[in-house]
Amino acid sequence: MMWLSSMIGDFRFVFLDSNRYMLVLEGLFVTLEITFFAVLIGIALGILVASVRSTYDKNEEALKKQKGLGFYALYIANAVCKIYLTVIRGTPTVVQLLIAYFIIFATSTSDVNIAIFAFGLNSGAYVAEIVRAGIMSIDNGQFEAGRSLGFTYAQTMWYVIIPQMIKNVLPALCNEFIVLIKETSIAGYIGIMDLTKAGDLIRGRTFSAFLPLLGVAAIYLVLILMLTYMVEKLERRLRVNER
Amino acid sequence: MSDFITQFQFVFLESERYQLVLQGLLATLEITFFAVLIGIVLGTLVASVRSTYDKNQEELKKHGGIGYFALAVANVICKIYLTVIRGTPAVVQLLIAYFIIFASSNNDIQIAIFAFGVNSGAYVAEIIRAGIMSVDNGQFEAGRSLGFTYVQTMIYVIIPQMVKNVLPALCNEFIVLIKETSVAGYIGIMDLTKAGDLIRGRTFSAFLPLIGVAAIYLFLVMILTWLVGKLERRLRVNER
Repeated sequence: MMWLSSMIGDFRFVFLDSNRYMLVLEGLFVTLEITFFAVLIGIALGILVASVRSTYDKNEEALKKQKGLGFYALYIANAVCKIYLTVIRGTPTVVQLLIAYFIIFATSTSDVNIAIFAFGLNSGAYVAEIVRAGIMSIDNGQFEAGRSLGFTYAQTMWYVIIPQMIKNVLPALCNEFIVLIKETSIAGYIGIMDLTKAGDLIRGRTFSAFLPLLGVAAIYLVLILMLTYMVEKLERRLRVNER
Repeated sequence: MSDFITQFQFVFLESERYQLVLQGLLATLEITFFAVLIGIVLGTLVASVRSTYDKNQEELKKHGGIGYFALAVANVICKIYLTVIRGTPAVVQLLIAYFIIFASSNNDIQIAIFAFGVNSGAYVAEIIRAGIMSVDNGQFEAGRSLGFTYVQTMIYVIIPQMVKNVLPALCNEFIVLIKETSVAGYIGIMDLTKAGDLIRGRTFSAFLPLIGVAAIYLFLVMILTWLVGKLERRLRVNER
């Protein structure tokens, strides 16, 4: 039992001395704060981009014939969305974080807000594809049925397509939250005290790497396993009323 | 415009700072390439264990025997590996590899290759398992009914079809890893991202170094995505 008592001694030294567990708790809080608000931004941005992209795809031919201002506005918005998706999905998140920190918000001092912006912008690109896939997954017959009953394009979307889409997309959006919890671990690159950085800091202060890093890994693992379990439960609940 | 050119000259050409970017790019590609290799080997191994167990579970359970227990234990280990790797961030895995597992090593790049390889293996394993599962079970039954053993059926019937399904996804894993390895700077490795960050620190100018690095990543990823798209189309040519 020698190892157990020395383990307990190490644990006390690493986490309890000088209240170092507070660093872990603060880090966990920062991680959850960044993740939560980044997901909110990501969902808002993703829905906007997905709406533009799928409105363009579905109405392209009809609008091309009329050639009005609406077509050009939509055309430009679609091109902007495409560039946004390509750039965000084609560069690493760390680089986007550095650009947000040192270029876009060089004068800001609120690091957490910068991280929320950067991860939100990043997440938006992935959410946009999730939502677009959700819209495309609805059978086109649903869309045609709406239109043939006299609904306008917007009404069909609002009353027929979107309610079905949300049901398909909800589990994937919750997964995006899980993915972002892991993604935000790089926030320490710009000196933000998130959960990972807290572990790294304790490692530096105690000159002992084992407990701080494995402890942090365990916290991430427990968080993610819990959330994965909840997403699976949600998925099963959503499938109950399916034929 | 001339302002931009002077700035460009100052940031990238003076004191041959572009060399830093090139070295960083090389480190990024080196880590990515070898990590993908490790990932594919590890992923194939894990996927084989998992799908062999899934396909033969009932039959082996009847026999009992040492083979069943060995496979059951291997399957449990693979499951734990997948859960832990996919449930923790790559940065934390990198820190654990750097400060705990290889605390006495001073070859940073090899540590990163190991960490990203082990990380990638978990994702590759799921790609390959999905590939094996995507081959119709009739193919498997046909092989067995023609007298092939389980192993023969796998090698001659299932795997050739699986490879075709899985190849584009494996190439995508390479693209994902190029972006993923950008966190290597967390343990002080001079990869492409860190090179840009270093030049930023030395020149006190953030715009060109960081945007330049982003442009290189974007260019790389777009070329590779285009190539994967082409491969995918080529592989689909002989489909009915």
